[in-house]
Order: sequence, then C-alpha cells, then structure tokens
Amino acid sequence: MSRRWLQASEPRQAAYALLLLLSCAGHAAWGAPTDQVVYQTPSIYQTHSGPARMIEHLSFFVIELTAAIFIVVASLLVYVIVRYRQRDPNDDSEPPQIYGSTQIELAWTVIPILIVVVLFLTTARILFAIQDQKMPAAAIDADVIGHQYWWEFRYSKFGFTTANELHVPLSSEQAPMITSLNLLSADVDHSFWVPALFGKIDSIPNQVNHMWFNPDKAGLYVGQCAQFCGVQHAKMLLRVYVQTPEEFAAWVKNQRQPSVQDPAVADGRQLFESQACISCHVVRGTAAQGKFGPDLTHFMSRDTLASGAADNTPANLRLWIKDPDYVKPGSLMPAMQLSDEQIDKIAAYLTTLK
Amino acid sequence: MADSTLPIGSAIDLTPPGETYGTWLEQVHSWVVTVDHKKLGMMYMAYALVFLLVGGFEAILLRIQLAVPHNNFLSPEVFNRIFTMHGTTMVFLMGMPLIIGFANYLVPLMVGARDMAFPRLNAFSFWMTALGGLFLYYSFIGGVGLQGAGSAPDFTWWGYAPYTERAFSRGHSADYWALALIVSGFGTIGAAVNIIATTLCMRCKGMTLFRMPLLVWLNLVVAGMILVTISPLTAAQIMLEIDRYLGGHFFDSQAGGQPVLWMHFFWIFGHPEVYVLVLPAFAIANEVIPVFSRKAIFGYPAMVAASAGIGLISLSVWAHHMFTVGMPSAANAFFVLSTGLVGVPTGIKIFNWIATMWGGKIRFATPMLFCTAFVVQFLFAGLTGIMLSVAPWNWQLHNSYFVIAHFHYVLVGAIVFCFLGGFYYWYPKMIGRMLDERLGKWHFWLFVLGFHMTFDFMHIPGLLGMPRWIYTYEPGRGWEIWNMIVSVGGIIQAVATLIFVYNLVYSYFKGPEAGPDPWDAWTLEWATSSPPPEYNFASEPVVASRRPLWDLKHPEDPDSRYE
Amino acid sequence: MSATTIPLAHGAAHEDWVLPYHGTVGMLALIVAEIAIFTIFVVAYVFYIGKSISGPQPRQVLELPIFNTVCLLSSSFTIWIAERGLKRGAMGAFSLWWAVTVVLGAIFLGGTGLEWKKLIYHDGLTISTNLFGTTFYSLVGLHASHVIIGLTMLLIVLIFSLTGKLKSEHSRQLEVLSLYWHFVDAVWVVVFTVVYIIGR
Repeated sequence: MSRRWLQASEPRQAAYALLLLLSCAGHAAWGAPTDQVVYQTPSIYQTHSGPARMIEHLSFFVIELTAAIFIVVASLLVYVIVRYRQRDPNDDSEPPQIYGSTQIELAWTVIPILIVVVLFLTTARILFAIQDQKMPAAAIDADVIGHQYWWEFRYSKFGFTTANELHVPLSSEQAPMITSLNLLSADVDHSFWVPALFGKIDSIPNQVNHMWFNPDKAGLYVGQCAQFCGVQHAKMLLRVYVQTPEEFAAWVKNQRQPSVQDPAVADGRQLFESQACISCHVVRGTAAQGKFGPDLTHFMSRDTLASGAADNTPANLRLWIKDPDYVKPGSLMPAMQLSDEQIDKIAAYLTTLK
Repeated sequence: MADSTLPIGSAIDLTPPGETYGTWLEQVHSWVVTVDHKKLGMMYMAYALVFLLVGGFEAILLRIQLAVPHNNFLSPEVFNRIFTMHGTTMVFLMGMPLIIGFANYLVPLMVGARDMAFPRLNAFSFWMTALGGLFLYYSFIGGVGLQGAGSAPDFTWWGYAPYTERAFSRGHSADYWALALIVSGFGTIGAAVNIIATTLCMRCKGMTLFRMPLLVWLNLVVAGMILVTISPLTAAQIMLEIDRYLGGHFFDSQAGGQPVLWMHFFWIFGHPEVYVLVLPAFAIANEVIPVFSRKAIFGYPAMVAASAGIGLISLSVWAHHMFTVGMPSAANAFFVLSTGLVGVPTGIKIFNWIATMWGGKIRFATPMLFCTAFVVQFLFAGLTGIMLSVAPWNWQLHNSYFVIAHFHYVLVGAIVFCFLGGFYYWYPKMIGRMLDERLGKWHFWLFVLGFHMTFDFMHIPGLLGMPRWIYTYEPGRGWEIWNMIVSVGGIIQAVATLIFVYNLVYSYFKGPEAGPDPWDAWTLEWATSSPPPEYNFASEPVVASRRPLWDLKHPEDPDSRYE
Repeated sequence: MSATTIPLAHGAAHEDWVLPYHGTVGMLALIVAEIAIFTIFVVAYVFYIGKSISGPQPRQVLELPIFNTVCLLSSSFTIWIAERGLKRGAMGAFSLWWAVTVVLGAIFLGGTGLEWKKLIYHDGLTISTNLFGTTFYSLVGLHASHVIIGLTMLLIVLIFSLTGKLKSEHSRQLEVLSLYWHFVDAVWVVVFTVVYIIGR
C-alpha cells in the first residue's frame, strides 16, 4: 500500500496559512506570532545564539588552518607527481637513493606539534567558555526529558509541562536572557540538537546534562534527535520557538492555565477520560494524569503532533488516534481500537485544548 | 618492468611440481583443512571481498532510500537493520579479515619464514572469524524469518546500552550481534598472537627488527593493538549478555547502571579499532610507493617511530567520540589535546611518503594510482578529523553526516584504496598472473569519480544539520540535492567494484604470467616463485639490509653499505 | 647460478642468530589480551563501588578469603619448584610438586564455591541482586573460569607425567603453561585487592 505522506507533503506555506486561520479564530493568548520567521535549514552556519556563534567562529579558524595545511601538502604532492613522473618508459636506471634526513624529520615533527598546541589552546578557551558558563539567577530554566520518540519539556519554575515544541524568550543586548536546560532521559540515549542555536548535548538515562543558549532572533528553529534511540529516531523532531519577552510571557500564561473545559465537547471529554488515554497522558484539570506520553493540556497550542511527524490538523489528529503506525510506524502509542464515531468525539475534544 | 630472471639462486625451487591437483573434492578438502598461511590469507581475503560486496549492496539499499525525502523504499525497521549490518559487516567481516588476510599472506614471506609461528592456531582463527560472520548473517533469517529483515541487529554498530538491553531490544538481534562478534573476536586475537610470535621469533638470519619491511613493523604494531583493543569489546559484550540473560545490571539504568560506561568501553575498543584498520593500509603504501617511485622509503626509522607512536597515542583518544555526553570540561579538553597529538605522527607519515616520491622516477601502474590517491584522500580525511577533534565544533558535527563523510573518507578513501592497490600489487604473487592494467585503470578512475561524488558532497548535509541513522528526512531543509548526488556516486562506486571483481576472475584464467618479480621490487616475497611453493623458500634467506633484493640487483650500490 | 643461499653482503656470521621461543612470546601476547579483558571488568567493578541502590553491600557479606589466597599464591611457588625438578630430569619430584599445585588450585576453587554458596543462600546475593552482585560474580567468576582452564591443562600434564610421557625436553613448553598459571595468580592479587580491600 502506498503511503502518501499525509498532509505534511503540503508546502509549509499552506500549513502556516492554516495555522494563521486557526490563530485568527480567536485565542489571542495562544501567542504564536502571525509573521513567524521560520529557520527552515538547520545549518550550523546560520547561527542565532551565543554558543552557536562561538562555535561558528572557531570553525572558521580551524577551516583556515586546515585549508592552509591541505593546500601546502597537496600542492607538494601534485608537484611531485608531475615533476618526478617517469618520462621514458625504457629508462631502467634508478634515481639516487635517499634514505632520510634527521633535520627534515625534526622540522616536520616540531611544526605540527606547535600547530596542535595553538589549536588546542584556541579550542580550550571556547570549550570552557561554553561548557563552564555560570547560569545567572534570572535564567529561564527547563528540564528536557527525552522519550522514545518525543521530547518532554518541564518548566518547573512556572509549573507546567509541555512537549515537542520548546518556547524560549529572546535575548537582546538590552535584556539578555539565558535559557538553561537540564537534559535527562526516560528510557534510552537521545541527543538534543537545534544547530542554529547550540551544539548538541545528549540526554542519557541516570544522568543530568546541562546546556544553555541565548537566542537573539525571534523565529522558529528546527532540529531533531541526534542519537539513535529506536525505530522512529528519524521522526523525533524538534521545534524551538524564540519569542519576544511579551509573546513568551503570554505563552507561559496560557500554558499555566488548566485545560479548557468547553461544554460543547463534554461528551468527547468524558469518552477521553474513560479510555486508556488517561493512563499515558496528562490533561491538567481532568482525570488524565498519566506520565508516559506527552502532556496534552494545551495540545492545540502546538503546530505539529507526534513530535513533528505530522502537522497538527484535525484530519491528522484523527488519523493519528486511529492508526499511529500509519503516521509514525513503531511509535509507542498504541492504536486505541476505537470506532470512527468515538475518534471524532475525542478529536473534537482535543482540538479544544488550546 | 623488470623481467623474471633474478640472481637469487636456489631461493626459487626449480624442480617441476610432481603432484597433480586431484579431484575437485580433494582440492576443496585441501583448502578446508589447510594450515598454510598463504591459503588462509587468501581465504581471509576472499571472505573480505564477499562481504565487501554484501556490505556494499546494503549501502546501495540505504542510498536508494535516502536519495529523496520521505521515501518508501525501505521501512524504518528494515532501514535500521540494514545500516546496522552495513557498519558491522564492513568493520568486522570486511575490514578485519582483509587486514588479517594480507598480514597472514605477507608477514611470513617478508621475514623469510616458512609459515606463521602457530599454523593450526592460524586455521582456528580463520574459522572462528568465518563462523562469527555466518552467525551474524543468520540473524536475517533466524527468529521471525525473512520478513522485515528478520532479527538482524538494528541498533547501529555501536550497540549502545541501554537500547540493547532486554527492556528495549526484545528478540535476539542484540544476541546475534554480541555473540557473533565475541566469536570472531577470539579469532582476531588468535591472529594477533600469531603475527607477534612470527615477527619476533621467526625472522630469517640477518633480519634484525630494524631490517624488517615496514609492512611487517606496522602489522606488529597492529597485532599489539588488537590484543588490547578487541578485548574491551569482548568484555563489554559479555557484560551485555550477562545483563540480558543472567539478570545482571551493568547497563541497567533502573538498578543504577550507567549507559556512559558502555560508551567508554565501546570507544576504548572503537577508536583504536579504526587505527587497527588504517595502519595496515599505511603498510601497503609503505611497500608500493617506494617500489613505484624507484626509491627507498624516506626516513625508515622515523616511519617506525611514527607507527609505534600512532599505535600508542591512539589508545588515549577514545572519548573524542563522546564530547556530547556531558563529560567534565577538563576531560573534554584532554581528549582534544590527545586527538590533536595523534595527528602529528600521522602527518609525519604523509610527509615521508611525499619525500619518498620526491626525486624518484614514478611509474603509475594501477597499484601506484591507488596509493597516490590514498595519500591525498587520507590527508583530507585527517584534516576533517582534526575539525572533529575541536570539541565545541564537534558538538555541532557529532552524529551528523559530516562524521559519516569523514570516516568513510578514511575507510574507503584511505583503507579501501590502499588495499585495492595491494591487490593489484600482490595478486601476481598470489596467483601467478598479472591483473589487467586497462581494466585496472577503468576501475581506478570510475572509483575515484564515484568516491568523490559520494563522500565529498556528503559533508554538506552534515553542515546543514542532517543527523545520521535516520531512515528518512524532512523536505525543505536543503538536504535533498546533496543526498541525491551522494546516492548517484554510490552507484558509480558499485560499477567500479564490479569491474574489479571481473578483473580478478578474468585475470585468474587469462592474465599474463607474472614470474617471481614483475614489479622489480626489493622485499623477500619477490625472491620466490609466483605463487610461492608451500614452504615459501627453497633455502632459508639470509639478509644484510632492508632491501635484500636491491642489494642483489645492485651489487655495486647495496643498501647494506648505508645502513 | 650462484651458491646455495642468498649471499650475505658482508661477513657478519649468524651462527648466533637466536630469537625468542615462539611459545613464550605467544603466551605473553595472549596474557596481554587477557589483562585487557580483566581490566575492563575491574574498571566496571570499581566504577560501581558504593552505587548499588539496594541489596547486600560488600562490607556486610564479604569475608577476606585468606586461606584461599594463600593456597593459590603458594601454587605459583610449587609450580616453580616442579619446573626446576623437570629441568633436572627429576620426574618424581616434578610429578609430586605439580600434583601439589593442582591440589592447591582445586582447594582455591572449592573455597570460592563455598564462599558463593554462602553468599547466595545465606546472604541473598546473586548476580541479579544489585550492581555489587553483578560486578562481583562477573569479576570473580571470570577469574575462576581462568583457574578452571588452567587446572584442566595442569591435570592433562599431570596425566602425561604419571604415564611417563613427559620428558625433560618438554620444559620449554611447560614454562609456557606455568606462565599462564602465574598470570592467573597475579590476577587474583589484583581482584583480591580491588574486591576485598578497596571495595569493602
């Protein structure tokens, strides 16, 4: 059976048009900017944060150094190939046999050692600057917990948990703001990587790793898990929304609210609470308090579902609930074996969780 | 090229062979029960070539899947099994047998010995390696059978715990992986013991350690490294099996086990392992480049020291594979320094090869083509390695396609290229016939084209944020065109390799006779017939310099006067 | 055609061309590999000292195996005496001291078995109890398995000796085997120190 890749094969522009429509439908507290800049190519050379920029500049130094070495040595090789090629195929005489030269050996031992020392000192400076940076008290603090195959974000200072889409405030010269992340894992090794903003750091069970960044340009940055964690490692995508302090505050305010209790979908909520959904998912303010899967309290505030495997549209949501293996084969969400009518009700309920 | 009459007297046995070959069954039997290092060496090489094709086929499957985003050619499960098997195959069933095969064939000949120190251990080692490989590949059909690529390992060739623990890897794929490698690991250690004992105890008269060919030196260093490199992997895999079946907790996070311990053990194996693979490639370059430049190797003592230095320092760099796991900054800094330092002796070797060619009369027969390409490609690979050693930059590049590009540049661009050069160089000795030069040049240039198309461009998606081990990728990230180019290059490499296989078979039957010394070379293996008789030399050689045949061909200007 | 060998370039005589015995070199190489394996298990043991979340701790259940250790280390001495006897051609002395070595090794194994019996049935410590159990049984077990292999080889040699097949010319080969046995004893010194002294 052919798998048309759902509606994610639509151009991104159309997906964002849909989001615009939804956002205009009236929840200002949602916080997604209407003129969102999307940093689509996660290039390590389109950096918008302190650590990433330090790495970028260090890399230029290294490239210049290695390029110089390459040009010198490769030129010598090319010269040798051209100049000392045997011209006359019948010439059987042997060239003078040179066995070595201690001075030359010393020279090309000492000079590389010096180069290595210089490189090491330069590298160490940046390494310590990034890794041992002290976190200011005002830093935004969040825990990032890797799961198979999604990301949990716990903003303990603010008192809420969300999933897959990380929101952080902008850091400007006038108002510097560091986001400080602790990385943990609930199961196997993962790695947290958004190239435009920082170098990756692994999330390893039984260990707490730490990293920080200070993004200086608002927009949406993309990344993904970078340590093989199982069959859907490829779809453990990441979205980091860098927002102005006002937008961020509005987003936090919304996330802190308990879940929306829309009476129009009360039957959907009841159905949801009576299914096994609640053993894996949290919806604050309801009976759903399961910790195995993503927090759904503000599910509709996210642009994608299944950690980026599909855009968050009602049709995709229905498909996901009906047959998760179609969207993300091997994901740990089971097919709930619900009837279409039940799925419609639950989906309708979930789409109210803004 | 020199002709086949050489003043080496009765080193060549001129008595006509009395025995006939016997029935087909008798011939197969003689290979199965052989303890002759030459036959075993060729069996290792044939084994490696078979798995080169198998592993290459797996690579083509991967590249078809990744040629376009959101492709449906392979399911995620199958893709994960195929890339795991590709890596495991190429390292353990292609790389290791290849280096051991060449060492087995050449070391006794080059030191003037009759065979390896322990011929029966030699046979045992080969069959253990073969068994390990067969067991690994049985995983495709064992368990649930062929559907979805069976129970083949699917967790990358690193086998990172806790993913390979029972909780996350149900079924037997982790067991196939661990047990197959434990078994073949015993074979590898046996081979290393043999190489060391042969080199230290069976050199012919006059061949002091500093008169051994550099190939023998490098294989000695490699054998020493194997002893301390394979064992950590064996130990870690035993621990994994204890966890999986005896209820152990070595890597069980629920009981306080630390995944990072597996990482340390694996990389204490894994990094020296890649030097185990590359040093024998250097060994081949050390033999081919001087002969085809018509000059002695420049700086023999420095080359010995550099080889030993690489072996030693490479044991201290392993955690440069772990810069992102959260080690303290001081530890990260240490590994930056040690990794940079291992580049120094490596660079010395490159400079010495160029200095060998300098002032020579270079003949670009196919072996030399491959070894020359090796020099520049290895230079490039080493420099991307230096880039990766810069820990902060590594935090971006780690586990991306940049790393895949780097290590394939070493594995294919350096190691495979050198070994192909070695095949073209020693095939005449092993088989008695020359490989076809025209086909060789076609092979070379097509392979160069395909190699660079694939692995030069592969660096770019890495810089653009594409991680490894993903069965598909998102469109719109700028990765599409590069993946397509990379995939097309793979097809070209496959075609080139098939030309090589054809050459091997065709030349076996139709190649011109080689004689004992078709390349006018200087080490002892060229002092006997092609192929050598079972006992190698009719009488034990006695040498007085590093190039005994040069001394014989140039009695007016022997090396022994200058050493 | 020139003379019978590849001629020497200049006249250094090589009658004294003596290289090491390949059996000894081979065994030393094997020992290096074994040291590497044991090192990894020792590192795992040390890494996990004090990290068990639950279950019996070393201090609670481990007693110093002094008698066992004395037996095993003495067997290195007795095997050396046996070797000396073989070199002299004193086959009776050889067989006697070799048998004593085997008995001492067997006592060590038996003692280990008794210790494990106590740990499992009395203290409830198995390989799956906790990190201590896993690393303890793995490391000590790895060593014990090497003792078993060594004892098996020693027994075979003892049988050869008692049936008169062993000769004084075999001392070089026997030296190789006793090298292995000394290695096994040396490993025990390390294991003893790490498990019973440092780790307790």
